[in-house]
Amino acid sequence: MKTLIDLFKDYRFSFAFVVLLVILIMALLSFFSPYDPTLWYVVPRDLKPSSEHLLGTDSNGQDIFWQATYAVRNSLTISLISASVSRVIAILVGMIAGYKGGTIDRVLMFLGDSLLVIPLFLIFVMLAMMVREHMNLVVLGLMLSFFGWPWDARLIRSMVLSLRERDFTRTALLSGTGTIKLVLKEYMPFTMPLIFSTLINNMAFAIGLEITLALLGLVDLTIPTLGTMLNWAYFSHAILLERWWWILTPVILSICMFIALYWLSVSISEYLDPRTRIQRVGA
Amino acid sequence: MIEEKTVILRTEHLKAFYLLEVHGTQKTVKAVNDVDIQIYENEIYGIAGESGCGKTTLLKTLFGEIVPPLRLIDGKIFYRIDDDEVDVSRMKSEAKRKLRMEYISYIPQGSMSVFNPVLKIKGTFADFIGSHVHGQSRAEIFELARERILELGLPKNVLDVYPHQLSGGMRQRVTIALAASLNPRIMIGDEPTTALDVVVQRGVIQMLKDIQKNLKNTIVLVTHDMGVHANIADRIGIMYAGKLIEEATTEKIFAQPLHPYTQFLINSLPKFGDKSMRDSVPGSPPSLADLPTGCPFHPRCPHVKDICRQEMPNFHHLDENHKVACWLVGEA
Amino acid sequence: MNFIKRYLIPRLISYFLVIWLGITIVFFIPRLIPNDPVIKMVDQMRARGSTLEPGTMDGIIHDLTVMYGLEGSTLEQYRDFWVRLAHGDLGVSFFQFPAPVSDLIATALPWTLGLLLTTTAISWVFGNIIGGLAGYYTRRSWSRTLDAVAMVIRPMPYYIFSFVLLLLFTYVWRWFPVTGGASLGALPEFTWGYIKDVLWHSFLPGLSLSALGMAVNFQVMKLLVQNINAEDYVQYARLGGVTNTRIVSKYIIRNALLPQITGLALSFGQIFSGALITEIVFGYPGVGMLLYRAIINGDYNLIMGITMLSIVGITTAMLIVDLAYPLLDPRVRYT
Repeated sequence: MKTLIDLFKDYRFSFAFVVLLVILIMALLSFFSPYDPTLWYVVPRDLKPSSEHLLGTDSNGQDIFWQATYAVRNSLTISLISASVSRVIAILVGMIAGYKGGTIDRVLMFLGDSLLVIPLFLIFVMLAMMVREHMNLVVLGLMLSFFGWPWDARLIRSMVLSLRERDFTRTALLSGTGTIKLVLKEYMPFTMPLIFSTLINNMAFAIGLEITLALLGLVDLTIPTLGTMLNWAYFSHAILLERWWWILTPVILSICMFIALYWLSVSISEYLDPRTRIQRVGA
Repeated sequence: MIEEKTVILRTEHLKAFYLLEVHGTQKTVKAVNDVDIQIYENEIYGIAGESGCGKTTLLKTLFGEIVPPLRLIDGKIFYRIDDDEVDVSRMKSEAKRKLRMEYISYIPQGSMSVFNPVLKIKGTFADFIGSHVHGQSRAEIFELARERILELGLPKNVLDVYPHQLSGGMRQRVTIALAASLNPRIMIGDEPTTALDVVVQRGVIQMLKDIQKNLKNTIVLVTHDMGVHANIADRIGIMYAGKLIEEATTEKIFAQPLHPYTQFLINSLPKFGDKSMRDSVPGSPPSLADLPTGCPFHPRCPHVKDICRQEMPNFHHLDENHKVACWLVGEA
Repeated sequence: MNFIKRYLIPRLISYFLVIWLGITIVFFIPRLIPNDPVIKMVDQMRARGSTLEPGTMDGIIHDLTVMYGLEGSTLEQYRDFWVRLAHGDLGVSFFQFPAPVSDLIATALPWTLGLLLTTTAISWVFGNIIGGLAGYYTRRSWSRTLDAVAMVIRPMPYYIFSFVLLLLFTYVWRWFPVTGGASLGALPEFTWGYIKDVLWHSFLPGLSLSALGMAVNFQVMKLLVQNINAEDYVQYARLGGVTNTRIVSKYIIRNALLPQITGLALSFGQIFSGALITEIVFGYPGVGMLLYRAIINGDYNLIMGITMLSIVGITTAMLIVDLAYPLLDPRVRYT
């Protein structure tokens, strides 16, 4: 409770919290949507925002507000799948590499480093072109998760490396604690803050990559996401035809989402890391 | 004492606090809290106390290096320059800068990060000396630094290596040689012996003593190690929670410590032939951001009285050279 | 000698290993796809109504298979692929048949290099200068304001920024052209008029790219300077009365720039794949645009070509950084 009060004193945390809460409510609202998001021409086309259609309607005859609720929900789903699966990979790789060391460490880190060096995005595009026909939220989420782990695995590895040198590791080993138990019970609590902040960053990364892929037309455009909404609006010339409410909705939603996620991660990690919290006092 | 001693460095009611903002709340860290200190010419003055008692901050203020979040709340700092007392706390920063190295120099702890890692030791010497001596004499002073390095028993090539190539003891000796290079009147050392093993420590102490003997200047030495003080200091001031609580000549402090805290510090030293367990000070020092009322030592004091919880005692002067701030000593 | 054996050779081995791994992945991915690009192409020709005799058709199919490097078993293809790569042959484009991929990239690359080299350099220089000042004067109010601005820009992906600029400059301020690399029909020539035209057109894409880069460099540099300012050696220099100019230039800037130079080299390595979405949004004719057209047309050879260029670019930049770093930082010496 004290922690939360302290965190709310940081304007970035409060902002992020409120924005994410609103976005979450929007996502939940999608379950009560009066329209089917896959159907076209359910409402009159190209209406400006009004009390009847809060954010107006688009050229496909869809209500933008309700469409946006689905978009937010789906983008969050993708990013959560991607972030949690890649966390599992990152934790496994990082902990095994850090704890086992030696050849296993070198091989795993070489693979991770290669993934960091190779222009992943382009490879990703090729993969996405391959599975275009089978693309859905889960496939996309899993694909994204495959690319989101190397850097975080490296962070967790170096953390485990330093934990391994601490006394309690030796104590635990001498008292006969098994490796898995040691890693799970003793190391996990230390790495949790790191894992949590990389989780948030990875969610932002996944949402961003989804938008890019959608703009390239590499995802199923009938599923509303922030990316596909942008794609429809942009390629239906919403800008040229001055249908600003159509393109502005996904743009503003994504901006809010990115800023909120970033601020959440920054404020939490600053709170957790006392070195940045209290400036060095040479007393 | 036959000859009258000259005070070369003196503070008056010195108060320097860190003003911090943590999660929107103001915090005041009372690092130097009403310190009066007089240091004489041609002496080695030791300042002792646990870590976190404000020793390092006191040193910074003695240099007039008071930058936010550290603020000078009250008090003055005087240097005696050419028979004149100068108030450092009122000096312009350029004037203060010029005094450093030439009049008052600093010996840091010779840690890994004490020298600029991308410069050779030579480069650091050139920067420190070159910032004070200009023109032709710079080369001369530089030559002098080289000589001094040899004189102090450091290998010649020490100037041509990078800091990370030196051992901890060597780095410490280099900082001392650098501090002495412009023959300053005052040298202030911040834990220069702490990170070293005993043999190297002895060498460093000897080096400081030799320099002091040669230059006949003043050395202020901060360390928590009472053993080092016993070896080198003429007088010792004990600091606790940002305050000076006892001050006397070294002999007196060790022979007749009056403040319970001083007694603890001295009793925690190993004694020759004594095999019993050493007492360490019970508890831990108070947070400087949240001091107890009255005497700050009262929560750890074995002889605590009611008055200790309410009021900070004034100094009681036992004689010219010995003063102590404790309710147990002298009149209440 | 020791340096070569203990450091240079392992580093070079890992350099070539990563390139090999990357290019191999690039080679195999399209070959896992069920549909055959040759059949697809022939189907397209049929759809356009060209009727050919069966014999001619078989000939065409054979020729196309050879041209695409799809002849023989996968292993043979793989071998031939490397042989052709060694000759600098990236194959032909499926979509702009029969233009060689290398020619297409060569046409687009100057645009991308022009845009991205400039924006990377600008954002590095200004981000570092402003970030350095803000880190040094960290308690001033303008430093805090800039910090807050960077906090807003930093999390935004560059393409979102492109959209925002596009919207602002189409609706609010109509100062800059929002599409193209130069005016339609303008011929590339070395005149002030043409150069001005190009600069004019690249302003918005350039702004959307450099704003973000600047925010990133600002934040990193500010943190670096703040931390270095609190380092023992800076405090020591202050107490040693070293002049402020010396402290700032030789102690703070010199040490803060070490990691930043690495960062600059790495971002130069990354520019070969272009600024995809920004180029699309502003219709800028660089590698990103080329890539986009390759994607929508399923032109694997072209995508592979761009990907390989990019792999070599990044790994080479990293290699250069690793080899040059000891020159900048005496603590890293391979002895």
